[in-house]
Amino acid sequence: MNSSYSKILILGSGGLRIGQAGEFDYSGSQALKAIREEGIKTVLVNPNIATVQTDETMADVLYLQPLTFEVVSEIIKKEKPDGLLLGFGGQTALNVGLELEEKGILKQHEVQVLGTPVSAIRISEDRGLFKESLAAIDVLTPKSKVATSLHEAEQAIEAIGFPVMIRSGYSLGGLGSGVVHTKDAFIACVSEALSKSPQILVEEYLHGWKEIEYEVLRDAADNVITVCNMENMDPMGIHTGESIVVAPSQTLNNFEYHRLREIACAVARHIGIVGECNVQFALNSENGEYRVIEMNARLSRSSALASKATGYPLASIAAKLALGKRLDQLKNTITKDTTAFFEPALDYVVVKIPKWDIGKLRSANHTIGTEMKSVGEVMAIGRSFSEALQKGVRMLNGGQIELSTHPYHFTNHEEEIGTPTDHRLFALYDYFKKKGSVQRAKELSCIDSWFLNHLKQIADYDRICIGKPLTKERLREAKQLGFSDRYIGMRHKRPEAAIRKIRIRWGITPFIKQIDTLAGEFPARTNYLYCTYSGTNNDIETSGKQPIVVLGSGPYSIGSSVEFDWCAVNTARMLRKFGKYTVIINSNPETVSTDYDESDRLYFEELTLERVQDILDFEKIKGVIISVGGQIAQNLATPLHMNTYPILGTAPHFIDMAEDRGKFSALLGTLSIDQPAWERVTNFKHALSFARRIGYPILVRPSYVLSGAAMNVVRSDEALRKYIDDASGVSLDHPVVLSQFIMGAKELEIDGVACDGEIIVQAITEHIENAGVHSGDATVVIPPQRLYMETIRQTKDIAHKIVRALAITGPFNIQFIAKNNDIKVIECNVRASRSFPFVSKVTNVNFIELATKAILAIPCKGDYETLELNHVGVKHPLFSYSRLKGSDPVASVEMASTGEVACIGDTMPEAFLLSWLATEQNVSQKKVLLSIGGDYSKAKLFEAVKKLEQAGWEIYATEGTHHYLTQRGVGCIFVFKFSEGLNPNIGDIIKKHSIGLIVNIPKGPRTGAETDGYYIRRFAIDHHIPVITNLQIARIFLQCMTDLSVEKIKLRSWQEYMNRT
Amino acid sequence: MSSSSHFIKQKNKLKVKGNVSSAQKNPQEGFFFYKETAAPHDLFRPAELILNTGVRCKGLLSSWSQEVTHGEIVFTTGMTGYVETITDPSYAGQVITFTYPLIGNYGVPAQKYWEHSTISARGVIVSEASINQTHYANITSFIEWLRGNQVPLFLCSDTRALTKHIREHGTPLGTLSASGVGKKHSSTRKFLDPATQNLVAAVSITKKKIYGNGAKRIIAVDCGMKENIIRELLSFDTTITRVPYSYDYSEDVFDGIFVSNGPGDPAMAKETIAILEKVMRQNKPIFGICLGSQLLALAAGAKTYKLPYGHRGQNQPCQDLVSGRCYITSQNHGYAVDEKTLPKDWTVSFRNLNDFSVEGVAHRKKPFFSVQFHPEASPGPTDTRFLFKKFIDLL
Repeated sequence: MNSSYSKILILGSGGLRIGQAGEFDYSGSQALKAIREEGIKTVLVNPNIATVQTDETMADVLYLQPLTFEVVSEIIKKEKPDGLLLGFGGQTALNVGLELEEKGILKQHEVQVLGTPVSAIRISEDRGLFKESLAAIDVLTPKSKVATSLHEAEQAIEAIGFPVMIRSGYSLGGLGSGVVHTKDAFIACVSEALSKSPQILVEEYLHGWKEIEYEVLRDAADNVITVCNMENMDPMGIHTGESIVVAPSQTLNNFEYHRLREIACAVARHIGIVGECNVQFALNSENGEYRVIEMNARLSRSSALASKATGYPLASIAAKLALGKRLDQLKNTITKDTTAFFEPALDYVVVKIPKWDIGKLRSANHTIGTEMKSVGEVMAIGRSFSEALQKGVRMLNGGQIELSTHPYHFTNHEEEIGTPTDHRLFALYDYFKKKGSVQRAKELSCIDSWFLNHLKQIADYDRICIGKPLTKERLREAKQLGFSDRYIGMRHKRPEAAIRKIRIRWGITPFIKQIDTLAGEFPARTNYLYCTYSGTNNDIETSGKQPIVVLGSGPYSIGSSVEFDWCAVNTARMLRKFGKYTVIINSNPETVSTDYDESDRLYFEELTLERVQDILDFEKIKGVIISVGGQIAQNLATPLHMNTYPILGTAPHFIDMAEDRGKFSALLGTLSIDQPAWERVTNFKHALSFARRIGYPILVRPSYVLSGAAMNVVRSDEALRKYIDDASGVSLDHPVVLSQFIMGAKELEIDGVACDGEIIVQAITEHIENAGVHSGDATVVIPPQRLYMETIRQTKDIAHKIVRALAITGPFNIQFIAKNNDIKVIECNVRASRSFPFVSKVTNVNFIELATKAILAIPCKGDYETLELNHVGVKHPLFSYSRLKGSDPVASVEMASTGEVACIGDTMPEAFLLSWLATEQNVSQKKVLLSIGGDYSKAKLFEAVKKLEQAGWEIYATEGTHHYLTQRGVGCIFVFKFSEGLNPNIGDIIKKHSIGLIVNIPKGPRTGAETDGYYIRRFAIDHHIPVITNLQIARIFLQCMTDLSVEKIKLRSWQEYMNRT
Repeated sequence: MSSSSHFIKQKNKLKVKGNVSSAQKNPQEGFFFYKETAAPHDLFRPAELILNTGVRCKGLLSSWSQEVTHGEIVFTTGMTGYVETITDPSYAGQVITFTYPLIGNYGVPAQKYWEHSTISARGVIVSEASINQTHYANITSFIEWLRGNQVPLFLCSDTRALTKHIREHGTPLGTLSASGVGKKHSSTRKFLDPATQNLVAAVSITKKKIYGNGAKRIIAVDCGMKENIIRELLSFDTTITRVPYSYDYSEDVFDGIFVSNGPGDPAMAKETIAILEKVMRQNKPIFGICLGSQLLALAAGAKTYKLPYGHRGQNQPCQDLVSGRCYITSQNHGYAVDEKTLPKDWTVSFRNLNDFSVEGVAHRKKPFFSVQFHPEASPGPTDTRFLFKKFIDLL
């Protein structure tokens, strides 16, 4: 292998989605750092603007461009890299890489794939070849047969027998796989799987077997190690991404552990991995039989977890191995003395718990299984399983929900345990609290009794002991089992703070331990830390350097994602640049902020009041920054302040003033700033009088967000009554907030940074969709394209007033509604917002750098241009509807997107089109299906549709649209709706893939009913046809279809855009 | 970062009194693990681990322990394989601290899976001992097993702090005792150094024993041999004659000699070394593992020395100095061969990549080779199992 590369191309993973999330920012960022350390130039392609890896300081050349074959081919032609890394951008990067190789682009431009050769990747990706290959070295895989047609699948079932698992090849996160028990279900599942993938696998179903995974590294000289093994608490049948996972394995004996390890190494060798891979096993708990389930010949979610769980920098080392380095030539970056050729020994236990957000997506099914639905994860570290598990549960919701205080109600525990949903852990806990037996729970769940016994033990302690009079011994015991002060206080009818006081007085405090990869065997200069009550000594001492603590984002969820990690990482980098001793606290293993080289001390810990206080007490801090980690961090501002911890930036009572709806509203009143009418109601009568006064539609939202009730728009008394009834528990304690829903208005935002109430920098962004789409789901443009100068002037003026009134120091975000130069403020966040990385990278002004300076009172006034740019940036949301069966793919007031991408172009349509392509959709043929509700929308789209016809598009339309178009002379083909049940029917047309694009504009805000529109949208998603549901987006999109072609857009790197004059 | 004095200072804060756990008052609910703060009164009592470094560490000691347990306090970093570890005769004279906090999770299997029919370790120290096991091969719980074999179990929540202390101060001698807890102990407390005893004699078989009926005849010198070595050797076409450490086999009929692992200071095994010296003249293949490697080196004229805190674990990186290939190895040793004293016709064949100590020696011309690590694994990784074949191929 050529070891003297001069320029290496790295493919990122694009927008975050279910099954492919922040872990690839971690892996890509580590790879970029590792390669630059070797003095080699890097080129990165990744349209995910919110990532750390797309920062100016990461790659030498950055392309915020779609990860498509065409675009990457052009970039190769232009940049002429000599090496290509495919293993750091998830399945997206791998798929693009395979296509580049297959179509000869790599050969033509003499680009070498580094690390695992493409031939080996192909074997690992093709289940048939993979099994065949492993059979050659006598490694067992599940009995299975590959099928490319329903007929072949039926033959396979004859040989294997029910139940079977259907899997589709080349998919990420188990998409399109399922367990089937009956012939009918079999036919339905096979048909759907074959519509997405040319081949499927019909496989022996290993229900209830243990699921074990090994992370393997192999160098070009054939040295192999397994960095970590992990055991899924939820056995086979539940996707690893949906499972609670522990590291290291807990229930495997030496023979099993090392036999599987040996096989994992043998598989990596045989397939020819150079770099990293994981190997997944099923292990029969009755007799120790095993099967190799699959292998990922690249970094994965599991490798990110393994990396954080052990402290072994897997991605960085994998990148060096891809360059041809040997493991024994590399250093263990934690001890800095010993070699990278070793296997970490843990002296703690790690528990990963998935974070689901299914409640936000109405009509989506809560059942979990072989497909991934979770949107994030947390990782908890402890010196006992109970401690780590309870920590993990708290990490999911900033401490609001614990095993013992969850808000879920189970009527049939056995059913909940047997048919897993995202609440199964809580159902199990309740079951044990009601004296359910471990044996029965095991029969129902197939979870190993070792885990269940621990859970039962926590439940027993909760039931029997925790409420008894507090003694020192009992308190210590409760803490070792992982109970929080808050819960102990709740049981003793005392506030959390009182328990904390007693606890500290009794000398019961957590001890701080290092993660050193070697279980204490060698001295480690590591700053990677966690806290435990199973200890008597701290590994470290207080730094004495007056640290500044940055609170990270916690788990990713809908609405809080990689952008907050970008903010936290950039804040930490700036603090260190200014010589501040920097401490990060975060609980999310998919992040860059939890790379221990990003801070002076990293606490992989809960972002709860209790634990943050523990750390702040120990560290003797100068201050804590709560404004860059999103809402979980922000929520700690007031409680920390009340406990006298110094909050840096905007004063906590001003934060509260912005967050408390009543106080903020009063403030706006004083400042004579308009706002949509709103009211907090506690009963229907009250709600009705508001509706009478304001008129429909009305936006309704529960103030108690954890109940899972979603925001909605209601348009009638009946709907209002239904909402109030459904949002059970509407009361004085949990009122519902109603606000005026303004139709046909524009929405815009100001992101900015201020110092002592004076704005340092601000950027106005404009939503393409009219108001009513959640800002996180909106398509956003900077600089604004369609705003009146007067609107801009007014919003700036309002921002100025609010910022001054709240004496903001640091980041802020204000959201506005504008209609005919009439501006209303919707909300103000006194923290960094989701769009901070977007505005920073499009304007080339790092807002976080300025915010950090402002917080540190370092002069930062300057002339920052954010309006008059030579280019346009467009940010598109990325949805994961295809993974969430049943969810309605239409943007609404409740956020549903799981990620975002952004591209830059010379014009808005250019940037819009690129950015849309970056969401990994494409229009495969010039055939469009139109189903447009309402004459207003039809009229608005008419010109664009006419141009489509002129450009040679084939147009299909449902009744109303067809009528409208033909009357006005646009030729189109009539199709029946689903409900009409006649041919030609929409269903057939979509199934046969004779459509390249669907435009379905609902009449008004979503009603939630399963209408024809819903079926069209859902069917389109299930058949992978792009569907557009918003009028404003449709107009621009159709315009792009006729006016633009990707080939003609000049591909520029981010640096080229920024350096243009 | 933390100094040893910090450890001493901290341990004074420790005020565990082996209290009756509140959960334990409801025995019908049953705990699934025992730890320093939660263990039944009838099985555990407050006790102290006292080290000759001056440090005392409080915890709970099993009721089946003797008045005072003496031993060398060592730690192992393996995360699984506690049964194989505890039954390894090389731990004779030692109290094993597990750095992994949860031990006993899969119970204990039948004796045929152990590394020896008896337990030679003097005691075991863990943070949390599980009595929650569901493994299909399990026949008894970890606690019952130790009790049945009268192996003292000391529960001490911060095994990491203890490990770091051992690392910083070198392997200490220590005592485990439930008497006089909390009292100011006199500085004259006695520590018995197991290295002054002939530990090999204690764990070696007393009469020779023959296994298998294959073509290759191997003398296996038992200095405390792990059973998996026999299993590995028997997987070839061999007849194994397992002989006591002091047995003179120089007149016997054999094709090759295997020298096993074992406990203690290799220099103590004078008889074994003398026999090896004599038999080396026959130029028949010799393969040594662990103590066997040290004995071979001593017989060749080299010297051994005591490592500060030994290598015990399953993640030790070693490099084959001929091929350059690296392996993850299982290890359990406190002594090493001193490279400088190695005779000219001998060479270092394997080296530890963490501390660069000698992990294997070989004669440059003759078929003598040995490794410091454990190719038989059990516990640990199986990367170097091929060495058995290498040995068999020489015969």
